[in-house]
Amino acid sequence: MLRLPRFQLHTPATVEDAALLLREHHAAEQDGAKTGTPGITVMLVAGGTDLYPNMKRRQFTPSTLIALGRALPRGIQNGGLRPAGPLPLGVTIGAGATLAAVASDTRVLSGYRALAESAIAISTPQLRNMGTIGGNLCLDTRCNWYDQSLFWRMAEGMCMKTDPSVVCRVAPSSPRCLAVASADMVPALLALGASARVVNSEGERVIALADMYRDDGISHLTIGRDDIVTEVILPPADGWRSTYLKLRDRGSFDFPIVGVAAAVRLDGGIVREARLAMTAVGSRPMLVAAAAAALIGSRLEDDAIAAAAAAAHKIARPMDNTSGTIAQRKKTVPVFATRALASLREN
Amino acid sequence: MNELSILGRRLPKVNSWAHLTGQAKYADDIMLPRMLYGRLLHSTQAHARIKKLDVSRALAYPGVVAIVTGADMPEKMGIMPSTQDETALAVDKVRYVGEPIAAVAALDEDTAFEALSLITVDYEPLEAILSIEEALAREDVKIHDDSTRGNVFKEVHLSFGDLEAGFAKADHTRDDWFFFEGNTHAPIESHSCVANGEANGNVTLWTCTQVPHYLHRELEKVLGVPRARIRVIATPNGGAFGGKSDPFAHEFAACLLALRTKRPVKFTLDREEVFYAHRGRHPVKMRLRTGVTKDGEITAVHFQSWLDGGAYASYGIATTYYTGALLTVTYRVPAYKFDGVRVYTNKPPCGPKRGHGTTQPRFAFEAQLDKIATDLGLDPLAYRLRILQPPNSRTVNDLRITTMGLGECLERAGRATDFSARHRQLPPGKGIGIAGSAYISGAGLPIYWNEMPHSGATVKIDRGGGVTVYCGTAEIGQGSDNMLASITAETLGVLPEDVHVVSGDTSLAPVDLGSYSSRVTFMAGNATKDAAMKLREQLGTVAAEQLGVPVEQIRSAYRRFYDHEHPDAFMSFTDVAVAAEARFGTLSAAGWYKPPTGIGGTFKGAGVGPSPAYSYQACVAEVTVDRETGVLTVDRIVTAHDCGRALNPANVEGQIEGSAYMGYGEIIGEEQVFRGGLHKKPSLLDYKIPTSLDTPKLEAIIVETIDAEGPYGAKESGEGPLNPVIPAIANAVYDAIGVRFDETPITPDKILDALAKKKDRVGPTGLDGGRDPKAALRRLTASTDARERKRDA
Repeated sequence: MLRLPRFQLHTPATVEDAALLLREHHAAEQDGAKTGTPGITVMLVAGGTDLYPNMKRRQFTPSTLIALGRALPRGIQNGGLRPAGPLPLGVTIGAGATLAAVASDTRVLSGYRALAESAIAISTPQLRNMGTIGGNLCLDTRCNWYDQSLFWRMAEGMCMKTDPSVVCRVAPSSPRCLAVASADMVPALLALGASARVVNSEGERVIALADMYRDDGISHLTIGRDDIVTEVILPPADGWRSTYLKLRDRGSFDFPIVGVAAAVRLDGGIVREARLAMTAVGSRPMLVAAAAAALIGSRLEDDAIAAAAAAAHKIARPMDNTSGTIAQRKKTVPVFATRALASLREN
Repeated sequence: MNELSILGRRLPKVNSWAHLTGQAKYADDIMLPRMLYGRLLHSTQAHARIKKLDVSRALAYPGVVAIVTGADMPEKMGIMPSTQDETALAVDKVRYVGEPIAAVAALDEDTAFEALSLITVDYEPLEAILSIEEALAREDVKIHDDSTRGNVFKEVHLSFGDLEAGFAKADHTRDDWFFFEGNTHAPIESHSCVANGEANGNVTLWTCTQVPHYLHRELEKVLGVPRARIRVIATPNGGAFGGKSDPFAHEFAACLLALRTKRPVKFTLDREEVFYAHRGRHPVKMRLRTGVTKDGEITAVHFQSWLDGGAYASYGIATTYYTGALLTVTYRVPAYKFDGVRVYTNKPPCGPKRGHGTTQPRFAFEAQLDKIATDLGLDPLAYRLRILQPPNSRTVNDLRITTMGLGECLERAGRATDFSARHRQLPPGKGIGIAGSAYISGAGLPIYWNEMPHSGATVKIDRGGGVTVYCGTAEIGQGSDNMLASITAETLGVLPEDVHVVSGDTSLAPVDLGSYSSRVTFMAGNATKDAAMKLREQLGTVAAEQLGVPVEQIRSAYRRFYDHEHPDAFMSFTDVAVAAEARFGTLSAAGWYKPPTGIGGTFKGAGVGPSPAYSYQACVAEVTVDRETGVLTVDRIVTAHDCGRALNPANVEGQIEGSAYMGYGEIIGEEQVFRGGLHKKPSLLDYKIPTSLDTPKLEAIIVETIDAEGPYGAKESGEGPLNPVIPAIANAVYDAIGVRFDETPITPDKILDALAKKKDRVGPTGLDGGRDPKAALRRLTASTDARERKRDA
């Protein structure tokens, strides 16, 4: 079988210790952008459900792993939390909470349905018991020219993501890596207006999740290599209805090849706020701004939904690097947007 | 005959507990003292000459104990003696990405893996041939030097009856092209073996093979060690489906490394290596021309197939014949012509997968019959019932048919689903389809020419009433050990748990040719019954004497011998056994089975197709198509299967359901596809075998015809039930959305495209099919060129 490369494992007891360890090891590291993913020497691991298979295939060969299992909060709590959380009525989820815990939490199920639906749609029961929400937020981008064994990639001749001197296999003229954002929870959280608490050795800050991603398959996260996501903060759920739809080949295991999350805040049947978010149709998860504009003030009439769906369709950019085909995925985006939004109508 | 006490009952398999509790010992579970770990080095090139192979650095790596290469085992080998074109490890040339080149044995797996990167291979790349069309056309590139036309491996032409007259008589002729995409077995257990080099120079190989006997022969040939000094033990297979019925590189390498090091050596392939070992379903292009009268009676069939064989022969010669051989056994065909061509391409070799070679043409034939029914305004179920090949008949290509339950299968599957009332009556997007099929109960001829039995078994009885059956069969999860125990128990009058089964061991058990072509129940079952009957006769004689009743009145069951007319007069099985051993000496008997002669023709090529009995199947599938997303959902699959007699109905139903699941996977999305010579999806994440959540509701209907030659009337049930599922689903999709899918798989993309473009058919229109097979290769090359430019810049 494929075996893990050798590495040193640290298991710090606190996030602060983890941040210090991370900074210390980064200082000795070469610039990952120059070496490709195999040149990254220190990485964080939570549930390990994505990282360990990737390491077995030698997409990453860090000499040091910092395991966050002991350090990360894993509770799901009411309120915006310490210190003086700005969102007293929302819910805070520790980054170490497992996908299974998020999927079955009653507050999440009742107030943040899209999040529960996205969590239960991830992989398999076994992996949901190990995988964490923080890990899903930081999930590596995927590409079927990249998510292959070392042997396969040697036969291929490597790609931009594993060897910066090589072109992107998906589109040789592309100036950037086209690997695909594939985390199910992220569009749900974007639609729900979530933020993330991020800690590093200098301190901590809260950033809007919408600002955490970049349209680049290699450096897809805007947070720094010294940063640790410790919490996900959800705003109050009052009046919000949300849902997540996932296209995949099978009912289990598979990553999304289209993911659409929709959330609306209804007041007397009228949409007061709306967010439509997508994943797996580009290197970053995206909020469809034009969709919100089309929906606000509507009663989710067919026309308004169609306009929102068209806006989603317009910016979806699937490439030929996942399962399914470009045409199929592109066509499914407005269908799912329509179905998701229609399901949010009040009876 | 006795009323049956064991057979026909839903008893748990004798090995169920071992499998359920994890006690079953698979090859990878075997750990021996001083064991070394092996790994294979694979070709990164689709087609190349090996200019230099240097293992010296790897050999010097600490922890590496031995390395072997192709030069150590240059003898040609292959499962079919007439087409041996492989070597254990590549010699001079590689022909697909993933082909094994060298094998390392080291103290641990990590060391073996690391050592691979220290082996230097210098390649001289050759142009890769990746499609049937290229393989036929390219005279300038030869994958194997002995191809006389292009890269053709084998070309066969057979003609029966007056084809021209048949077509002249037809009121309506359909001429359709089909394509069946390649796919693979994906057994959950990856291939694994342990070879032990013994001090006396002998070698024992534990391996998850379906064919211990054939492997035994090939090991002798390649290793140059007499068979008497080689022992092959087939371990329980964690799924095989045809994928473990060739001799493999890692088996030879393990033996040679074990002989050289005098230590045990283990190889367990990783999942990607299993995709390269392959030997799975051939991609096949097909052209099918069928003439019918105005009421649908078939007047002539002309079938042409082009098989993409991959880089080596495997069972390819049989596969080629099988695409044509069994089209005639289901419906009356008075004139038939078959032209088959199998080509080499630079991809992992194709071979037998459940339904071997018959699955692809059955898809084409049953899809075309559905079209004919539509053309003529006939109900597809009633139509099929009207044109059935009769039982106890001979087909136009001279195959002997005995029991034939296709009619009952069609009727019962139709009744269970209310087919005729619902066909063409369901709401838009919903559909129902039907198809029939057939399969062999073992091939009439062995793989190598000989006049010996196809299966032998020995049964012995010990003084405590225990029974042991020895037979060379390989337990691949299909239940062959349970079958051996059940037939022995039934014949002697004990319970299956009283029977100890010794199977798959070339040193202990008589030869059985292997677990392929659905032959084991029929052939090993008959051999076992033959052996047990000889003992039963001795026991019956003694029991009659001691009970003082005529021997004709003696029956045995539930560990007793008793007077049929006065069942209170009985002796225990153990007492009878003791008395019989005192009277006759050691209680041991051998039995064997060889298919009768005269069950097939005498023309060249008549060796493939004859079987002592054919199984029959019918399937009804119900589907829903989401017209917006193209997603095809199969809601229900009902399969009726004529298995002769169900020796264990629960096990037969398991085979029917397992086959339905596998057929469903093949049409819904499984595909062994390549991008410029590189396997596109060599993992179980990307190669989409259905999960339990995807699997439709499966229903199995057992149809019994009690075959006169089968053991207690049994025929096969391991492969045939896969065949009708695929066309039944395609026909159901047509019923749902009015689009004919003349190719597999039926993906959402194809459905969306067909609906958007208002196509009424998806499939090839000719041999070329309009697709550019080189596109992917050009893309890979283009990106390599661009990379060079980027580096230079």
